[in-house]
Amino acid sequence: MILNNSGLSDFRITDTGTDPLTNSRNILKDFKFDTIVATGYGRHLAKAHLGCPVITEIKAYALGAHSLFPQCRTVIDIGGQDSKIIKVKDGLVEDFEMNDRCAAGTGKFLEVMAHTLGYTLNNLGEEALKAEGSVPISSMCTVFAESEVISLIARGEQPRNIALGLHESILNRLMSMLGRVGFEDEVVFAGGVAKNRCIAALLGKRLRKKILIPQEPQIVGALGAALLSDKQRR
Amino acid sequence: MANHEKMWQELGLDVELHNELLKSIDRTFQQTVGAQKNRPEGMKYFDNVLHESHGGRVAELLDVKAKGNKVIGTFCIYVPDEIAMAVDITPIALCGGTNFSVPYAEKMFPRDICPLVKSTLGLAFSKTCPYAPIKNMAVGETTCDAKKKTWEILAGKVNFHVMEVPQKKEEPDIKLWHKEVREFKDKVEGLAGKKVESKRLAETIEIMNDKRRALQKLNELRKHDPPPISGLDALVVMQAALNDEPVRFTETLNQLNDELEERIEKGISPFTKGVKRIMIAGCPAVMGNWKVHWLVETSGAAIVGDETCTGSRYFENLVDETAKDLVGQLSALAERYMKINCACFTPNTDRIEGVVKKAKESNVQGVVQYILQYCHGYNVEAIRVDGALKQANIPSLKIETDYSEEDVGPLRTRVEAFLERLG
Repeated sequence: MILNNSGLSDFRITDTGTDPLTNSRNILKDFKFDTIVATGYGRHLAKAHLGCPVITEIKAYALGAHSLFPQCRTVIDIGGQDSKIIKVKDGLVEDFEMNDRCAAGTGKFLEVMAHTLGYTLNNLGEEALKAEGSVPISSMCTVFAESEVISLIARGEQPRNIALGLHESILNRLMSMLGRVGFEDEVVFAGGVAKNRCIAALLGKRLRKKILIPQEPQIVGALGAALLSDKQRR
Repeated sequence: MANHEKMWQELGLDVELHNELLKSIDRTFQQTVGAQKNRPEGMKYFDNVLHESHGGRVAELLDVKAKGNKVIGTFCIYVPDEIAMAVDITPIALCGGTNFSVPYAEKMFPRDICPLVKSTLGLAFSKTCPYAPIKNMAVGETTCDAKKKTWEILAGKVNFHVMEVPQKKEEPDIKLWHKEVREFKDKVEGLAGKKVESKRLAETIEIMNDKRRALQKLNELRKHDPPPISGLDALVVMQAALNDEPVRFTETLNQLNDELEERIEKGISPFTKGVKRIMIAGCPAVMGNWKVHWLVETSGAAIVGDETCTGSRYFENLVDETAKDLVGQLSALAERYMKINCACFTPNTDRIEGVVKKAKESNVQGVVQYILQYCHGYNVEAIRVDGALKQANIPSLKIETDYSEEDVGPLRTRVEAFLERLG
């Protein structure tokens, strides 16, 4: 994510891979910059080797979402490894809730399930939206849910219907997290999973309100981190 | 520690596995406690208590037994050590804080019980607990369901006594507890083959009160900004308290407290003034377990108080020393131990109010509620604790975790975001 005086100027997304440091350095080669900041799971690795300050993705998402939607009070961030509900006030974190241990109900879950159902991560949501009915999935654990899906396929259930059931199970989990921390308007949905149209549609339906989704939901955290870095530099 | 191998062999330990265990604990120790900078000189002693807990301390207990005296193992701070000590019995806490032994308990026990119980039993089952073969009796209590059912299994194998800790704090409950304390006296008298004398009991009450006073003093010194000692080091001291010989422990802690006073005067601290101050509230962190303290302090905050079983629950409230006779002394002991506010009690309003009070006294910006996975009492009570802290404008973060390292990444994000939020 590159910021200039007029705001966002450019961004790149690459897989973390097994060598995130080299990947970061390769991206940095293409740009000139005054200052950098790191956020996300690899932030301390970047801090140790690139000498940059760090902020958590929780604060970064709050700042990023607030800059894109100043009226934002709640951020739902579902990424590859975890999901978070962040209550925001004037761009600052008021409270947050984050799933504890495993990647249940996150992008990783969807990726494994898409593979099991013979879809890609990108068309999983589209296929689920075409479902005629929904087959409930009871397990949230990626490993257990995979066995459950396999037995549902063996029972002759339609993959689309199973896919819808999977999306709904993610929503159930999300709704209990939202219940714990509470939420206020406006609600911004960000992180990679916000690209899944089925989750977005179900979320709007459950909350009975319009959900704001950034054009590039994956880079909201990077935007927030860059904005903070810019502020600190001045 | 290699010079203890013969002793471990004679105790019937699996020496090879035991060496692996020690290596595993030492690695964790070096990565957490050992990696700190600017530690007080006096910590060397307490580090050594931890390192010698399976070596030198075990040898001491073997000497105790060679003199014809007895050793008992305990699992909870409700057991009144003073009474056992009055008949020359040495009580020793047998709680496990290492993830190393957890799989050995899971061979027999359900996965869904707390890591402390699993770690403790895993040590015994894998023949890596040197205290298991030494103890003449084990004393359990009824502070949680997993423990209660565990005692039934162990009771067939070792000399076992269970103290019933009541669930409420009303008149009949208090009466029951007084009876339990008197029965415990009878039990240790039977084991030792001698009677508890009032004069000797007065001495052991004073020994334990002195120990509490020294720990209370440490707690006071941590209130300074910046605190003269890290929360991780204070935890090491509190962990040592559960294993070390009490008189020697108190003497050395008093020396450490003197050093800490000097550090305050000279402005020496592992932190800088204005460091974010955090209190831990909830479950114990026993020897081998430095996870949450390490996470919080390596994220840039200072832990300045512990409202836990290893922390204030262990050392707050002294036993009244003015009782004249044995009946009065036993009653004073029962009263003091009944004041411990474990989450097994209902309602537990005193604890909730106490958390808020302690957080204010230690002048903290936030409280981390530390919940051992599957410890339902503290976990559910966390909701009311959070509510009471909110009312007092003190933010809190609940961390529910076990002894493993699998969740360290997400936990660090949560801790750092919590600290960022404190401004």
